[in-house]
Amino acid sequence: MARYDRAITVFSPDGHLFQVEYALEAVNKGTTAIAIRGKDILVLGVERKSVAKLQDNRTVRKIAKLDDKITLAFAGLTADARVLINRARIEAQSYRLTVEDAPSVEHMAKYIAGIQQKYTQSGGVRPFGISTLIVGFDHNEPKLFSTDPSGTYAEWKALAVGRNSKQVKEFLETNYKAEAVESQDAAVKLAVKSLLEVVEASKNIEVAIVRNNQPLTFLKDEELEALVKTIEEEKEKEKQEAESNK
Amino acid sequence: MDSIFGISGRDFVLLAADTSQARSIVVLKTDEDKIMKLDDHKLFAMAGENGDRTAFCEYIQKNLHLYYYRNDLKLSTRAAANYTRKELAEALRSDPYNVNLLLAGYDEEEGASLYFIDYLSSMSKVPFGAHGYAGFFLSGLLDRYWQKDMDREQVLALADRCINELRTRLLVAGNNFTIKIVDKDGIQVVKAASS
Repeated sequence: MARYDRAITVFSPDGHLFQVEYALEAVNKGTTAIAIRGKDILVLGVERKSVAKLQDNRTVRKIAKLDDKITLAFAGLTADARVLINRARIEAQSYRLTVEDAPSVEHMAKYIAGIQQKYTQSGGVRPFGISTLIVGFDHNEPKLFSTDPSGTYAEWKALAVGRNSKQVKEFLETNYKAEAVESQDAAVKLAVKSLLEVVEASKNIEVAIVRNNQPLTFLKDEELEALVKTIEEEKEKEKQEAESNK
Repeated sequence: MDSIFGISGRDFVLLAADTSQARSIVVLKTDEDKIMKLDDHKLFAMAGENGDRTAFCEYIQKNLHLYYYRNDLKLSTRAAANYTRKELAEALRSDPYNVNLLLAGYDEEEGASLYFIDYLSSMSKVPFGAHGYAGFFLSGLLDRYWQKDMDREQVLALADRCINELRTRLLVAGNNFTIKIVDKDGIQVVKAASS
């Protein structure tokens, strides 16, 4: 029987875990996903990958419900995500069975990050090639957490993962302000605006909204198109004003 | 000894359970809710050994929820009943659960249905049923007075009749009963355990 106990993820002489770094590269090849924490709302936005002509146009859902009030979006290897999401769903129900309480967003993030870390320190396995964005309300406060292939998890105000995430992150760092996400509509607008930086058309975007004590809702195509139109008109106006001010 | 019974009407099912929790000669509490919500359109009336009762039913409930999150689809009443039966059957010859159940549910296709499941994991879709000592007294009564497609008042009246019979004749019957109904609009608590 071939030996499957040798570790694949080992330290390099200068202290790098190359497999983990390669996994992060895989994440950056996946379609973009962003999340924004508003004052009383959480917005998830994902880039919809264009499907092959013969493939069923049913949306490849990059946004998954883990539990009644916890939702996850990811960037990276879809199959790896499927496995992790399944484990997370089981953990959510197991937590409820044991303590008769809903798990917190942090608990789920910690759990998923724990699994991702395990796979960087076990024999015969490779790290998961996904970074996750986990959102939900804890005690009526909106929370956004992320995990990555190294197994770290952190809380964020806004984050982008996947293709062109660096560009979106820079956009968010400039444009995310507490006032900018005070109202629910403003938060949704900011999410769409940041995705539009790196995604061409509105039909390639999917937006999900998490409100306190309410089920997950998806922005309808018409609403999204209208929002994109408004954003593009505003952009045009800003450009014209900049030109006239020159 | 827990008394539970269920009666199906036109497009709805009523479940009733006594609310006393006793050990030998001591009554521990009189407001125990033995009818558990499995999901928005399913109810479990549970009877049997105390630890097993709650542990088993919570386990089934969480697995139903897991199925829903995995598949974005709610299980039908029939599927839930069969799943419950399977879990009982698998445990039967190693670590059996001493629980008797009545599962009531509403689906779009089937309408309202009631399943009788006992601790030996036998399962049957029934128009009405009762577990435990209640069964001795109520089987005949329900046989005599149940009709197909009864409306809400008729079924509630029949349930009252059953409860009165138990109060009169069953030595260990609880005084208080909790009554819940499941129909297309979900679950309705007609009489809460704590009242």
